[in-house]
Amino acid sequence: MASRGSIRLALILSLLATEPAIAQELGNSADGARLFKRECSSCHQVGAGARNRVGPQLNGVFGRRAGSIEGFKYSKSITRMGQDGLEWHLETLDAYLTNPKSLVSGTRMNYRGIAETEDRSAIMAYLREWSDNPRDIPEADPTASKPEVDLDPAILGIKGDREYGEYLSSECTTCHQSDGSDKGIPSITNWPAADFVVAMHAYKRKLRPHPVMQMMAGRLSEEEIAALAAYFGEDQ
Amino acid sequence: MKLTRRALIGSGLTAAALLAAPSVFGQAKPKIVIIGGGAGGATAARYLAKDGAGALDVTLVEANPVYTTCFFSNLYLGGFREFESLQHGYDKIAAGGVTVINDLATGVDRNARTVTLAGGQTLAYDRLILSPGIDFKDGSVPGWSVEAAEKMPHAYKAGPQTQLLKSMVEAMPAGGVFAMIAPPNPYRCPPGPYERISMIAHLLKQKNPTAKIMVLDPKEKYSKQALFEEGWAKHYDGMIDWIGPDFGGGAVEVRPDSMEIVVDGTVEKIDACNVIPGQIAGKIAQIAAVTDDKGWAPVHPENMKSKMDDNVYVLGDSSAQGDMPKSGFSANSQAKVAAMSIRGELLGSKVFPAKYSNTCWSLIAPDDGVKVGASYQPTPEKIASVESFISQTGEDAALRKATYEESLGWYEGITTDMFG
Repeated sequence: MASRGSIRLALILSLLATEPAIAQELGNSADGARLFKRECSSCHQVGAGARNRVGPQLNGVFGRRAGSIEGFKYSKSITRMGQDGLEWHLETLDAYLTNPKSLVSGTRMNYRGIAETEDRSAIMAYLREWSDNPRDIPEADPTASKPEVDLDPAILGIKGDREYGEYLSSECTTCHQSDGSDKGIPSITNWPAADFVVAMHAYKRKLRPHPVMQMMAGRLSEEEIAALAAYFGEDQ
Repeated sequence: MKLTRRALIGSGLTAAALLAAPSVFGQAKPKIVIIGGGAGGATAARYLAKDGAGALDVTLVEANPVYTTCFFSNLYLGGFREFESLQHGYDKIAAGGVTVINDLATGVDRNARTVTLAGGQTLAYDRLILSPGIDFKDGSVPGWSVEAAEKMPHAYKAGPQTQLLKSMVEAMPAGGVFAMIAPPNPYRCPPGPYERISMIAHLLKQKNPTAKIMVLDPKEKYSKQALFEEGWAKHYDGMIDWIGPDFGGGAVEVRPDSMEIVVDGTVEKIDACNVIPGQIAGKIAQIAAVTDDKGWAPVHPENMKSKMDDNVYVLGDSSAQGDMPKSGFSANSQAKVAAMSIRGELLGSKVFPAKYSNTCWSLIAPDDGVKVGASYQPTPEKIASVESFISQTGEDAALRKATYEESLGWYEGITTDMFG
């Protein structure tokens, strides 16, 4: 899609122009509340009873299409970006907060931007509290950053730890039958360990398409995949 | 984290140290009592018995000798499954070394660490797991009470209520009106009411194609909304009318005796009505006083332990944990983390970092399945969503069929995981 490509390009350009770090996670929302008051609140409201002022109200901004609040008079530029598919998520909001005009050239938001990654992530954490909660609308935006798999080597440390594999396997057996039957969902028992490891890394890298498996494999470390392979590879 | 006496008592190390001094624990096996034999409780019982390898005394208390899963009960309403296919007994759990008691838990004494049952029995515990599902909030829908459920069923705890709802839909006159009063957040199974609408629409399309469906909803938005709206337009065009809070969907009065509902001051005559009220934690969690002022039981995100009592865990729908939706899949996922934590505390076994996940499949029409899911991690404040996915609108028929077939495989998988 050309439109999405142009957004990506704009994002990349904005990053090249200012070379800030990218805020990849939500920060401290209490800091964000203070920053919002100082930096944003002369034009924007957020929270209970928030209304459009100079800028649109920001409740529910995560997951919202740009320029989509009815009754607010947006610039042509941001309306067009919205029609092209721009939605406000962590990455897009971060780019916009870094330098509004680099993402939306003709925006009326006359704001210099925030150079500090930490400050942007704090403001986004505060705004995130006023958007849909994944508990209520499960497909709502995440509320935490995806972890780098970080395991205490004193607890684990061993490649192909079968005991750890057994614990991890409990996540698999919600769907995959431990007796190896394969109605609707494939069998994963008694695989050669190497095949198992290759398949899991293919999901992890999203080379294999299944979204549930991409998600499950995506947060497993190499050690964890090895542990699962050790567990499922044996005769159970 | 501040190191407090509470935290120390809760830590696996201390429990292991206590175990090494038999004078404290005696020779008796640590006792675990689990109340509620659904996706949380049954899973916890099986995993504690299996992984405890005989070192734990595990008792499961469940009022119903045969359990009917709420998940997939909509497929029964739509005619895609037999009612019996939703039912599961506890014989394999018992054979796995769990003491199964078919009775209702009526009291919890957290100081004495005992549970009392309706039949008069008292059970002592070292750790208590509460997994009682949901209860309904009084006064949530004006005019409706649990007594009125014989006329306007909730069908949100699967069983006779589900069968009653189906018989009422089947008995509607030609061209009649079915109404659903959808629940406010948070509630069990976020896409559940809308899958149910799809299934009832499918049933009516076969037997009563001029019938109408009204959904009165207090929520501005709901789970998988774009997917359901697309599916309803495609399969049940003109049959379903969704009325959100802007048009009175959030302030509906029901009159079960005259089979009427009052929407925005207008009285509507209806032929069948499903009232899904606002929800709170299952009653025994209220009795045990582990719930907060919103009616849910706050838990520690890393292990599902109650924030009110270190000896109590709360699983599934009843818990207030953060971002995870209230679903059978979530409860099953949480149960495994809790079982591992309890084994660590009582037997000194390894405790690995918690991983949680959830996927919810919904059927919109024959071979038109969709899904939504996410993975979760504990943060200091809550269980937080870290990555999610959802089926897309406009997907091809082959993918939708594969998604439905996958859901059938999941049902086999999770019920085997729960009941053996």
